[in-house]
Amino acid sequence: MNPLIPLFVVIPLTGAFLIMILGRFIRNFNKTLTSLILLILAILSLYYLFTTGDNLSLYKVGGWEPVNRVPIGIYMVMDGFTVIVLSIINVVGFLTVLYSISYIKRFTAENLFYALFCLMIGGMNGVVLSGDLFNIFVFLEISVISSYALVAFGVEKNELEASFKYQILGGLASFLILFGIGFIYWKTKTLNIADIREVFKSGYDRSFYIFVELLFLCGFGLKAAIIPFHAWLPDAHSSAPSPISAMLSGVLIKAVGIYVIIRLFFNMFEISQNISILITTLGTLSMVIGVFLAIGQWDIKRLLAYHSISQMGYVILAVGMGMILISRGDNSEVAVLAIAGGIFHLVNHAAFKGLLFLNAGAIEYTIGTRDLKEMGGLARSMPVTSATSFIASMSISGIPPFNGFFSKLIIIIAAVMAKFYLLALLAVIVSIITLASFLKFQRYAFYNKTENKNDRKIKEVPFPMIFSMVIMSLLCIALSLLAFPGIRDVLLTPAINILTDPLKYSSIILGN
Amino acid sequence: MIAYLLCFVLFLVGLYGIITQRNLVKIAISMSIMEFSTFLFFALIGYIEGGVAPIVDPADPVKTYVDPLPQALVLTAIVIGLATTAMMMAVIIRLYRKYGTFDIREIKNLRG
Amino acid sequence: MKGMTVIVKKTTQLIAGIVFLYGIYIIIHGHLTPGGGFAGGVILAGSFILLILSFGSDFINLTKEEAGTTMYENLAILVVVFLAVSGLLIGARVFFLNWLPKGNVGELVSAGLLPLFNIFVGIEVASSILTIFLALVIFKEEISE
Repeated sequence: MNPLIPLFVVIPLTGAFLIMILGRFIRNFNKTLTSLILLILAILSLYYLFTTGDNLSLYKVGGWEPVNRVPIGIYMVMDGFTVIVLSIINVVGFLTVLYSISYIKRFTAENLFYALFCLMIGGMNGVVLSGDLFNIFVFLEISVISSYALVAFGVEKNELEASFKYQILGGLASFLILFGIGFIYWKTKTLNIADIREVFKSGYDRSFYIFVELLFLCGFGLKAAIIPFHAWLPDAHSSAPSPISAMLSGVLIKAVGIYVIIRLFFNMFEISQNISILITTLGTLSMVIGVFLAIGQWDIKRLLAYHSISQMGYVILAVGMGMILISRGDNSEVAVLAIAGGIFHLVNHAAFKGLLFLNAGAIEYTIGTRDLKEMGGLARSMPVTSATSFIASMSISGIPPFNGFFSKLIIIIAAVMAKFYLLALLAVIVSIITLASFLKFQRYAFYNKTENKNDRKIKEVPFPMIFSMVIMSLLCIALSLLAFPGIRDVLLTPAINILTDPLKYSSIILGN
Repeated sequence: MIAYLLCFVLFLVGLYGIITQRNLVKIAISMSIMEFSTFLFFALIGYIEGGVAPIVDPADPVKTYVDPLPQALVLTAIVIGLATTAMMMAVIIRLYRKYGTFDIREIKNLRG
Repeated sequence: MKGMTVIVKKTTQLIAGIVFLYGIYIIIHGHLTPGGGFAGGVILAGSFILLILSFGSDFINLTKEEAGTTMYENLAILVVVFLAVSGLLIGARVFFLNWLPKGNVGELVSAGLLPLFNIFVGIEVASSILTIFLALVIFKEEISE
């Protein structure tokens, strides 16, 4: 029983309400407290990232021990896969808070922004740490309702319309998830993820099982913005203020969408052939359709939002391939490689997509427009922004030696080794089209000869924004080290072990 | 069996409202109706044959109680539904102030 | 917005206190009868909303900053979190532990920390719903000006 696990949820919640009370009396209290909270959480999560390994920490809320070997309490579980996503949430959150110290000055209600931000971080930490289905739902709602308010933060026409669309589709997703939880409770009379696996082992109704799997796939797919559930993403991610876009696209769709899909489909449901093929098809469609919709965009944030759909398609494709191979029962090393590539791409995407959105925010901060046709020649006047944007664009397109190259290489090699030649070919084509799209972005934003219609003096952005952009670009370069076997065994392999070993998760939790 | 079908009918009513209504407030109310159907479904799940309400009376302790866990889940879910509806109403009021109308066909600024 | 007729005003004057007491009853008996923090908090807010609706908002002079209700809400949540964390501090090192002595079943003073949780959650819910209502009323005034 590790009593430090609930601190990941308690500290941001306390901070949010302290900011609301004391923020009106003490000047700059909100900024310092939020930065401090996120710094503590980032250091704590990185510590757990390097020391957890193959162990699984458990925490039973309230100290309720199992009765007759049936778990009756709420469990909070931290294992190898959890600490990876936890580190992504807290580190990217910390860098975003540093960025928003100078970006949010143009809005008037700063207290509310920092309080909602802390609530969102607390909610996401709770989703990732919970070992119980209904707890996932409650924390998911906390973080998602905070993000509705944050998307509509500067109350202009576009932002309100985007927030309304986001709310309707998000509400539909929450309804589907709640319905699925109701069905599972009806048949198994328990809500603990490990215990549900045990109950399902002793026989189940086939059609009921598929119905519940489809409900969860649709519900969490709406949160993760997979095709065909992607309709809210371009509007919401492009109309939000830039630090919030970085958090939404870099962290939220991963922590409450992709993480829960991977956790439920590997550790709770038994992997079947049909669902694996369905998931792989959805991933391929997201990859291809996302990048084709992104080519024609001239608004920088909409372009980045569509590319998010495409890169998430890569992750789902890799995980789906791993599921197909495991369900067939052969080739388990290739399955491990595919899932490793998927999780590695998840981590990389958080780093470079966050950096790209922060760059787009910096461009909007100095020039005031988001249209690619109206900007140009920024490389001379904004050197740091242009350099970090170049690094991020090369990462997302898969150019060595940046991190995107290694993760896409692992996915393509796994596809070739498993004889899915069509998927490998599509992955390569999509990568080339991504490169074309980002070369267009770089050329029109930074390297074009401008006619200088606006003779404003374009300076570099303030220091907190530069600092977080530089640190994130250093992360992009440093993450490519994860491909080497020595480091990969410490960080990625425990996650894959806990996911692919069918009995390890439930036996450790129920045996404790 | 008929009770579960009625829950499903309520869900369909809510879904029809979201898809076809043009007034923003009616869309928000239909979303509320759709969530209420889930609460009814949860409360129906916990029924045990011959059970009474799960309130412990010290004078008469041994009885068959209905399952109290779905009732706790429904209480939490009602609070979450309230928060969602309140958030949606706030955004709708701001939308009315900016666009001057409640009609959803007028609000299409973001395209492509 | 102006108030309602004399009949409504007189009835509200008689009833609002009883509704307030009923809300407090539901909150405090949360561990014995159905209800608890959330339901009692909503009833408590209902009594204030009844008063505002029937007497009109000119009666209260609402301004843009209603710092009163939000302050209660935040303080109540902080007390709930502090009570939950107090389990960590007393030596048992378990978060959310119920460490006060649990008395006999059916008495008012029993079940450890639960009545305290109910009371503060009730205050918090009441002030939240009152804040939402006040925000809507103030906004309506801003539109009609």
